[in-house]
Amino acid sequence: MIDNLITALGAEFVQLSLTPIVIGILGAVACALPGNFLLLRRQALIGDAISHVVLPGIVAAFLVTGTITAVPMMIGAGCAAIVAVILIEIVKRLGRVEPGAAMGLVFTTLFAAGVLFLEMTDTSSVHIDVQHALLGNLESLIWFDAEGWQSLLDPVALATLPPQLPRLAVVLVGIVLFITLFWKELKISTFDAAFAEAIGIRTRVLGFALVVVTAIAAVAAFDAVGSIIVIAMFVCPPAAARLMTNQLGRQIGWSVALAVISAVLGYVFAGYGPGWFGSPYAVSAAGMIATISGIVLLLACLFGPQRKRTGQRAEA
Amino acid sequence: MSNAELIAEAGKIVDVAAKDAPLTVRGLTVSYGNKPAVFSVDASIPAGSMTAIIGPNGAGKSTFLKGTLGVIPRLSGEIRIFGKPFHEARDRVAYVPQRASVDWDFPARVIDVVLMGLYGSVGLFRFWRARHREQAMECLDRVGMADFATRQIGQLSGGQQQRVFLARALAQNAEFYLLDEPFAGVDAATERAIVAVLKDLKAEGRTVVCVHHDLSTVAEYFDRVLLINVRRVAEGPVDTTFTAANLQETYGGRLATTHIDELRLA
Repeated sequence: MIDNLITALGAEFVQLSLTPIVIGILGAVACALPGNFLLLRRQALIGDAISHVVLPGIVAAFLVTGTITAVPMMIGAGCAAIVAVILIEIVKRLGRVEPGAAMGLVFTTLFAAGVLFLEMTDTSSVHIDVQHALLGNLESLIWFDAEGWQSLLDPVALATLPPQLPRLAVVLVGIVLFITLFWKELKISTFDAAFAEAIGIRTRVLGFALVVVTAIAAVAAFDAVGSIIVIAMFVCPPAAARLMTNQLGRQIGWSVALAVISAVLGYVFAGYGPGWFGSPYAVSAAGMIATISGIVLLLACLFGPQRKRTGQRAEA
Repeated sequence: MSNAELIAEAGKIVDVAAKDAPLTVRGLTVSYGNKPAVFSVDASIPAGSMTAIIGPNGAGKSTFLKGTLGVIPRLSGEIRIFGKPFHEARDRVAYVPQRASVDWDFPARVIDVVLMGLYGSVGLFRFWRARHREQAMECLDRVGMADFATRQIGQLSGGQQQRVFLARALAQNAEFYLLDEPFAGVDAATERAIVAVLKDLKAEGRTVVCVHHDLSTVAEYFDRVLLINVRRVAEGPVDTTFTAANLQETYGGRLATTHIDELRLA
């Protein structure tokens, strides 16, 4: 039994499963962290919007450069995210519609445009399609040169890690730094924007910076894990975490823990779960991770200690 | 106090005294869309005074405060706080927004909200420390909320929430307090507690401005009034400015004269 476990967690595990799991965790946490603030600012949909407009951005970058290398793709996606944010502002102001409607309008239109773009251009030679955009390719991010746990100390083997892993790690460090350095400002301006402005916090700049950080997280995670996970992770772990505690710091801690749990359980269930039911096929890890995060939220709704909140009492 | 008397004698705003006054406003105009909410309003708040901003609903009272503090952009107008532009005198001002303007379901405890008032003394890239917590507890004690420090803010009554907002402003240790409807939807005990704190502030030589709704308590709580209905109608000491004629002009036909007479008697 123990021998089996060691074998299961040995060379084959390091080569085939370790990197997808770590990338899944990094992507999930990178999205869940800014998701906490988006949720409390009632902007959760902005994560959804950004992860959708990544597709037209990537297609446009491909059309311009003719390659699918990571850097132009990410620049294209980043530009598309910024264009989308500006369009949402314009629709909101000119159309005098509520922010949710403006976001829904912009991102569905741009996503649809991206799909049309994709069909009209010859991208058959390269691996971009809607399927990939939605579900990513987590399972394929294996570490060919790994021969076991000792490879983690081998610089030659480490150099062949899937590039998504160091990229997401850098992005995650950046997000953690942003939230740590501007903790007070983010907290105060999320709770009470007018007060924050009066005491000298640049709330508009900070709000835009949060959206940019969200876009960076979405773009970096999208390439590895697809937009399904990105969208789920912006909302589900923070929303479940809110039901576990009444303090912002702890909520963020919970959201990270729940994102990690979703990523690990989702990957394991996708790979081995169907086997337990006698099916020889694995299911999509991205789909399973997103589903698990939804189930985690459901459980938090049913059993979370802070699910019954009095909220603001109407009082004469 | 001396400033208020000086103005009372002259019967109008004394510009010499206004130079370093807590607040001087010239021609403030703020607009939502293409309709001005506040149009070319002048005001001059002398040091150590307690001023009520009065006017009907939608008259731009809150907008006047927000425009003054740059919380919303202004179309025109010159603002001087203690003789300086607002951004240079920010540390000397405490602003209490309307209680209903924030989401009280936010994951924070009472003390977390009061700590926000100490933002200026914490410093960039630094965190709140034990000594900030002690200061915050002292402020909560002043509004009678020390026992609620670790309570989730959503579990408080409206009056308790308003006291927490006041404690946050006290934590700012400012010289000039601007409060937006601090008595809206609070219980009688809270109203008394807030008035007591505001009078203490005045006794310490600080200046207080409140957007206020209840005309029957104006004379009891305040020594000056600023009457606004998009434009400034009148400004000055309660005795000379809080008159039936001025109220009639501010509220238009919406306030019966007999009602005003009752107010004057009270």
